[in-house]
Amino acid sequence: MSFIAKSPWILHYDGSSCNGCDIETLACLTPVYDIERFGVINTGNPKHADILIVTGSVNHQNRDVLLNIYNQMPDPKAVIAVGICAITGGIFAECYNVLGGVDKVLPVDIYVPGCAARPEAIIDGIVKAIGILEMKHQNMRIKSKWRLRWPWKSELKFSY
Amino acid sequence: MKIILGVILYIVAAPLVGGILAGIDRVLSAKLQSRVGPPLLQPFYDVLKLFEKRTMIVNRFQNAYAWCHVIFMAMTGAFFFEGGDILLAVFALTLAGIFLILGAYSSNSPYSYLGAERELVLMLAYEPMVILTMVGMYMVAQSFSFMEIAASQRPIILYLPGVFLGFLYILPMKLRKSPFDISSSHHAHQELVRGLTSDFSGSMLALIEIAHWYETTLLLGLVYLFFSFNPVVGVCAAFGTYFLGILVDNSYARLKWELAFTSAWGIALVLGGGNLAILYFIAGG
Repeated sequence: MSFIAKSPWILHYDGSSCNGCDIETLACLTPVYDIERFGVINTGNPKHADILIVTGSVNHQNRDVLLNIYNQMPDPKAVIAVGICAITGGIFAECYNVLGGVDKVLPVDIYVPGCAARPEAIIDGIVKAIGILEMKHQNMRIKSKWRLRWPWKSELKFSY
Repeated sequence: MKIILGVILYIVAAPLVGGILAGIDRVLSAKLQSRVGPPLLQPFYDVLKLFEKRTMIVNRFQNAYAWCHVIFMAMTGAFFFEGGDILLAVFALTLAGIFLILGAYSSNSPYSYLGAERELVLMLAYEPMVILTMVGMYMVAQSFSFMEIAASQRPIILYLPGVFLGFLYILPMKLRKSPFDISSSHHAHQELVRGLTSDFSGSMLALIEIAHWYETTLLLGLVYLFFSFNPVVGVCAAFGTYFLGILVDNSYARLKWELAFTSAWGIALVLGGGNLAILYFIAGG
């Protein structure tokens, strides 16, 4: 049993979004949807976060910012692209300054479509990301060298 | 032997009490905002999750400071509840706070650095009132020992109403609650990201959270001392104080550090100092 499923902390980053998806993301925290029921907290700090939610497309300016944020998050971590702009670049895909979706820079785990994505869809995406986080946590435990190993548990000797 | 057993009991039980209080805090805060809120055991899930995460360490001193912080915080409570000197306990508490500040200073993050500076200001703000509380307890009970003060059967609150009000005023600073959460708030929503603990991650953040639970238990123990003539009233008063803190946390905005500092010293001088002066003259020195 992994506790990461019970307390996924999210970090919300707005790359050139029109604010539509941001408002819907923040609406998840309001009394109507109240995502804190599942232990989700919107942290403002990458070093405390488990899930990175990105809204809006990636451009030449915020590419480095996004990479910096992602690299500061400790493992295991998951990335959710919320809204069509974060998935492919949306209507801004052809702009001269836009690189495209978030997956041009980061390994995206969950895509939540919509313009703007609805809060129900975002909550669904977060719940799916929790499953991915659990899987990554399992892999991390198998791979880690520094963790205490129990010799009688054979599956821990398995290495990739 | 009895003391050793007591210390072990405290070290195990205090984080449980503190964690459940933190859970009640989050549920009640959610209810006050007409939300459902997380499960009661959510703080424990958070801390266990943080132990599962990989810890990112900024420099080699950071871990040592976080460990010192939690060890001294546990030691403070052990001194306090096992009949040691409460004056010693308060200074050990200050030492624990200093280790957290050093840990925050040791990183290069400007948020963590500013948080450390603000925590120092808060420390300057609340220390006089804490010392006046200890002096007041001594004037009433003629002892600095927790056990002897609790056993003196004197209604300390009737002798020290001003000191108690002053202590209530500085309590949110120690509990990192809203009017005074300028150095580090519970969730990273303020202008300093998360202030003091911005650069701690994974298991080190979990240790700091556990230290905070120890601190909560210790502070409620201090509130209990004011009402220690009757254990039932004492426990009710300690929890009542905590709920008052939650209410204040949800209904007040954050103060600037200048106002937090001057108001804390003003209240320490007028309520705390005034109370002690009256007690001194009535008791005839």
